[in-house]
Amino acid sequence: MGKLEFDISHLLSGGMVLVSLVLLYQDRMFAVLRFFAGHAVVLSFAVGWQAFVQDKPELYITALIALAFKGIIIPLALYRIVVRLGIHRELENVVGVGLTMLGGIGLIALSLIVILPLTTAADPYAREDLAFALSVVMLGLLMMITRRNAVSQVVGFMSIENGLILAATGAKGMPLVVEISVAFSVLIAFIVIGVFLFRIRERFDSVDIGALDRSQGDQP
Amino acid sequence: MSWWTENAAALVLVIPAIGAALLASLPNYRISARLNVLATGLTLASAVALVFGRPEAGAYLLVDDLNVVFVILNAFVGFTTSIFSATYIAHELETGRLTPLYLRFYHAMYQVLMFAMNLALLANNIGLMWVAIEVSTLTTVLMVGIYRTPAALEAAWKYFILGSVGIALALFGTIIVYVAAQPVVGPGLDAMAWTNLVKHGVAFDPALLNLAFVFLLLGYGTKVGLAPLHAWLPNAHAEGPTPISAVLSGLLLNVALHAVLRFKMLMATNAEVLAPGPMMITMGLVSLIFAAFMLYKRRDIKRMFAYSSIEHMGIITFAFGMGGPLANFAGLLHMTMHSLTKSAIFFAVGHVAQIKGTQRFSEIRGLTVTHPVLGWGLVLGVVAIAGMPPLGIFMSEFLVVSSTFARDPLLAIPLVAGILVSFGALFLRVNGLAFGEPLGSTQPAEASYVPLFAHLALVAVAGVYLPAPLVAWFQNVAKLLG
Repeated sequence: MGKLEFDISHLLSGGMVLVSLVLLYQDRMFAVLRFFAGHAVVLSFAVGWQAFVQDKPELYITALIALAFKGIIIPLALYRIVVRLGIHRELENVVGVGLTMLGGIGLIALSLIVILPLTTAADPYAREDLAFALSVVMLGLLMMITRRNAVSQVVGFMSIENGLILAATGAKGMPLVVEISVAFSVLIAFIVIGVFLFRIRERFDSVDIGALDRSQGDQP
Repeated sequence: MSWWTENAAALVLVIPAIGAALLASLPNYRISARLNVLATGLTLASAVALVFGRPEAGAYLLVDDLNVVFVILNAFVGFTTSIFSATYIAHELETGRLTPLYLRFYHAMYQVLMFAMNLALLANNIGLMWVAIEVSTLTTVLMVGIYRTPAALEAAWKYFILGSVGIALALFGTIIVYVAAQPVVGPGLDAMAWTNLVKHGVAFDPALLNLAFVFLLLGYGTKVGLAPLHAWLPNAHAEGPTPISAVLSGLLLNVALHAVLRFKMLMATNAEVLAPGPMMITMGLVSLIFAAFMLYKRRDIKRMFAYSSIEHMGIITFAFGMGGPLANFAGLLHMTMHSLTKSAIFFAVGHVAQIKGTQRFSEIRGLTVTHPVLGWGLVLGVVAIAGMPPLGIFMSEFLVVSSTFARDPLLAIPLVAGILVSFGALFLRVNGLAFGEPLGSTQPAEASYVPLFAHLALVAVAGVYLPAPLVAWFQNVAKLLG
């Protein structure tokens, strides 16, 4: 991999971490969905660039899936759900922007500290890619923890999946089986979640996960 | 017969797949309940055929001594649970908790779950195994939420979120294993096949393997139900249909454990990596002690036995973490006994909860007076799960404890303490359930006792006598596990 190719790969995977960080502090539903779409678009560029650099045409399919499915279809569908549920005006309770961002930065530092010294033997791109991917996964987890709204938890989960695809494409020659299956499982996950959202809506008139806490099964 | 054994591995997967398609299209629930039993019965027959002959390991499927044990156990408990499910589900339809459409969905999902679990066990590819475990998670999420009560939805949502996060961590670990394998084995499918990984494991980068194992243990450990990642398990067990609780406790936890064991075998090939044992021992002990104390506070009967599953998965993980032929043997035996006993208990509990119309301890009393067969069946099950001699769990727990004493006496102290604490809780609770003035409905049970007592009989026999070929087989597997 030449210097320029490496730099562009680097830029695109780094871009995903950046968008993940931005996702963390969005407090309006539409903004969350827009930035998630952006996340998926950056992912598709990163994957597409790897397809070009590694000369692996099948990765273009993965890139296309990421672009069409997660960049366009899912955000649109979630957009409609948000409108239908009437939660687009709601402000979300994020656990303090400053604190969340500090936590996010800490997690990125942690990922770099964990991955970079361990993988000196691996190929330099695979190594940085793994570090970035782990950061994206960690930020997605943090987002799932700090949100109380079902839709943004779903977005957090899908940004974790994006991070996993980034890791899978960075690993040279990883068989397509896994990539398609990841995309496929996102589809299933989305269906499941969609079903859940509607059921939750039906039962509680809210997609606030806090409403679920009331029905703890084991209280006196 | 030879055709049967030659294609047994494929049949174990194809039968549930066909069953799922058929059951999804059949509207009559009586027929589909029988068909469900038939499909799991045929799967069991094919699984048993794996003992007599097995195919060569291919690019996608692998049959070895280790997974044959899991597949047979899986098929057997799947079969008996489908018999139990047939009587259980008819009652749910009568009381209107489920509609015929949901039942159709339930039966199809049951077969999809069996397919996914068998695929996870037989996969020769770490990616394929991951996909199969993901599918099994999604199907069980749908099954747990099938009653659509607020509590069931909460349980399913919690299970879904925690399960997905666990599965995501496991995929990250899987990718790192590939990154470690790719320079040695070469790119492509070969670098994801168990057979190649174990063969070349010695040359892998140890740092990468360490990192991968941490993610894999946390990820699949979530599905095993190890503390502190167990939070989904009690809710999912308590709120779903009881046959699903039986399958979750008896089988799905084992499937996730099988994944952890496979990766532990990979770690064992490389001398420079961290020993995976201490991590597993710690998680196992924490789960055991935590669950043992949590048993006391339960008010819901299914929830309590869910905590008991966490406790036993802790013991099993501990045993495999200790390693060595004796502890591995004890772990395997304990896993088998736990699957049989716990699913038997859920069979009994399912009927009890249906008769009484509640799962709360405070509203159930005097079962042995009003329903002697069911009541004593439950008592026997609890006696077995608590580890009383001469039943099977006593023997396996005794082996775990004695092998620990021989190797590391200090570790045996928390182990024994945890077992004793849970022992107290179980007897405290079952005493109230089974004896005293009867409370609640006394209508006769429409139960099929065959699965319940078949399991208990097996556990009782295993406590006094294990057939020599079985012992030899388990010893062989224990050696494989290292």
